[in-house]
Formats: sequence, structure tokens, C-alpha cells
Amino acid sequence: MHYQRTIGLIALALLAASCASTSNESSYRARAVELMQADFRTRGIASVDRLKQDETQALCSQYRDQVPPEIAERIRTSNLAAVKYPADGKFLGDWKQGEKIAQTGRGLQFTDKPGTVNGGNCYACHRLSPQELSYGTIGPSLYNYGKIRGYGPEVQKYTYAKVYNSQAFVACSLMPRFGHNGILTEEQIKHVVALLLDPESPVNQ
Amino acid sequence: MTMKRLATALLLGGLAAGAGLAGAQDSTVEEIEKYREALAEGNPAELWEARGEELWRQKRGPKNASLEQCDLGLGPGVVKGAYAQLPRYFADTDKVEDLESRLVTCMMTLQGFTREEALKNRFGGGGKRSDIEALVAYVTSQSRGMPMNVSTRHPKEREAYEIGREIFYYRAGPHDFACATCHGKDNQRIRLQDLPNLTKTADARRAYTTWPAYRVSQGELRTFQWRLYDCFRQQRFPELEFASEASIALTMFLAKNANGGVYNAPAIKR
Repeated sequence: MHYQRTIGLIALALLAASCASTSNESSYRARAVELMQADFRTRGIASVDRLKQDETQALCSQYRDQVPPEIAERIRTSNLAAVKYPADGKFLGDWKQGEKIAQTGRGLQFTDKPGTVNGGNCYACHRLSPQELSYGTIGPSLYNYGKIRGYGPEVQKYTYAKVYNSQAFVACSLMPRFGHNGILTEEQIKHVVALLLDPESPVNQ
Repeated sequence: MTMKRLATALLLGGLAAGAGLAGAQDSTVEEIEKYREALAEGNPAELWEARGEELWRQKRGPKNASLEQCDLGLGPGVVKGAYAQLPRYFADTDKVEDLESRLVTCMMTLQGFTREEALKNRFGGGGKRSDIEALVAYVTSQSRGMPMNVSTRHPKEREAYEIGREIFYYRAGPHDFACATCHGKDNQRIRLQDLPNLTKTADARRAYTTWPAYRVSQGELRTFQWRLYDCFRQQRFPELEFASEASIALTMFLAKNANGGVYNAPAIKR
């Protein structure tokens, strides 16, 4: 009886301690958000609205991108549900255009003019065509992407969705959600998919 | 700064201008190699350091006063070693300040400048020179060779650190980027550029102790505040206000993570 009560009290104390640390962290987070809203200013095309987080961004920030399984599932599900597939049912554009989109990181910075055509900047993080030696390593190598996975319609659809919204498959992926957040247009994403999945693309040579 | 070092720095400026013209005849690689050799001999940051020291001693502003009585944390007028302990809490302003914000405070209180005047040329370039960049170059040079020793003992220092950490992990904007996206893992690169993992001691030390830096690509000396401002530009965020509380909090997080690293700036970077 006495022993049980002690255990109960310890459990209670532990619970209180863990709540306290969580509420501390969330109060720092709230203060950080307040400060950021005060200390960033709209410049050019980059308005302070950009500081507002959607649910995915807020959860990934809170968990430092290491979300528990049930929250990961929630993020994947809501992002997958938001994928808009092309109305014409076609996923493959022109790989040559895709290569250009993969090379440029232009767009959406406060120094960019309105109307700038955005790039995908794929090479910043991925290896793609073997001719391009200046590639980053934040994401995996995509060399031989189609050769390895096949060129069929299911792979095409998955690849389109992955570029459109990476978090439909990997919660808190570091990769931008290019379609979901309007960085690339449907047509541009098709070109990028072609770079990955056209058998003629240098990626698959 | 000795005359010889000054001469080297001036020669370097001339070489940089000449390299563009000579590029048509010689191979680019050869020119870059020559340029790198020249860089190793003298860092143009010395020009900013020298101008900053002059500015520090010069009587300026409505109050016609120098900055020689400015308290950077180790007492009025003590410059040696001050930067290695910044940011820190200052009782007179009841705030945590980094070097840039503290210089602004001193320019206002000692010299009588308004905040707007003090911040007017916060970034040099296009023919206009920045007093802040020069002053930062001078003050930081006086901590060279000293270990970083930033305190989080005061509750406001602790708070700044914790808020800075939250900002570091804050994902937002069209690209969902946080500082941590590029600087939260080991051995990552963007294109061929290595990215320090600023949450790990060794990388945090190496990165933080080499700012400010003379940027060869810009021909300017850039402060740590500039580094943050430009990172957020690439993050597709709106513009971070210079010397703002948010910027100081983030600096606190990064500086504290670099504690123990031997300070070695102003440096030179591409």
C-alpha cells in the first residue's frame, strides 16, 4: 500500500517535471515566433506572411524534424491528400527543359523581381546527370533514377507526387514541396519528372 | 597595421581589377591560382580594421565624442578580448546585445547619433562605406587567438539562447527551410560548398570563429549580422532587421555553441 503510493507519487512528480520542461520549451517557441514577427520585415516579393507556419511546418519545427510515428503518419496523410495530379493524366514533359529547371535556383528571394520564373535547384542537393559534377549531398543521388525503378505509369505518378509534395511520403523531409507551395508549376514538374524518367535523359545514361 | 601589409592589401586590390582584364588572354584557372597566392599573403580585412580603429578614436556625432568609453562588456574602453565574450547581458540597457547592436548603443549614448543614423550604412557596397563594418573589423581583430567564452548564466542570456535555438529550427516560407535544413547534419554540401553542422561543437567553432570575413566575391568585409541577413534571404524569408532582438538571439545560440573555439577573424572567404 505504502509502496504503491510512493510509486504513484514518483510517477506524478515525473509527469509534472516533463510537463514543466515541455511548457518551458513551448513558451520559448511562442516568444521566438513573437520576436520573428516583430523583427522581420516585408521586402520585395517576400512578405512577412511567409513566417506563418502551416501545420506541417509547425510540427516539424517543434520536433526538430524527428516526429513520432503517429504524427509522421498524420503529416504524410494530409500532404498526400493535398497532391493535385495533372488533369490530362500525363506526367512526363521534356527532359531538356527539366535539366534547365534542375540547374537554376532562381526565384522567391527578396532580391528577386516579381514574375521571375522559379527554378527547382535540384543540383543544389542531388546528383542527377553524370555530366554535372557540381552537385550537393543533402538529398540522395538520383543518377539512374529511372533505370533502377523502371519507367512505368505507377513510377511516373509517384515521382510527380514526390516532387509536388515530398512530405506526402517522408514526414519532415528537407525537400521543398515544389507543387504544394507553388514553387514550380505543373508543367515545370512534368519536365523535372521527365529528367528523372525519360529513358533518353542523361540521368538514365 | 604595418606599411608592408597595407601595401600588400593595396596590391591585391589592383590584382583583382587586373584579373578581369587579363582573363581574356590567360586561362581562368591560372589567374585564380595567382589570386589565391596573393590572398594568402594579406587579407584586405586589414584595411577595414585600420579604418575601424580610426573611427573608434575619432570624435564624431552631435556630442563630438569618440567611442573610447564604450563598454563592450569588459569595462569602458576595453576592446581586447571583448568579442570572444559576446553576445552578453548589459545592465545599462537591460538587454542581451551582440557586437553590432552594442556599437549602435554606444553610437547613440556616447556620440548622440539616432538609431537610424547609426544603422544607415550597415552594409557597405556600391561605393558607400560602412562604419559599422569597419568598427566590427577593428573590435573583432582584438579577440584574435582567444577562446570563445560566451555566458548563458544570466536569465536573459539563457532566454536569448533558447529563443535562438527555436529560431534555428523554425521552418517556414515557400521552401519550408529552417537554418537546420542546411546546418543541422554532418557532411552535407550545397553544390560543392561544404555546410557546417552548427549544432555540433567542432563545426560550430570553425564557422563562428571565422566571421566577420572579407568576401572576395563582394570586395567587402561582412559582419555576422550580414551573414544571418543573407542566409535568411536564401531561406526565402522576409528581411531580418539588422541588430534586432531575433538576430541577437540566433547569434547567441550560434556563438555559445562555438565556445572553446579559438577566435580567428576577420577572416577571408570566397
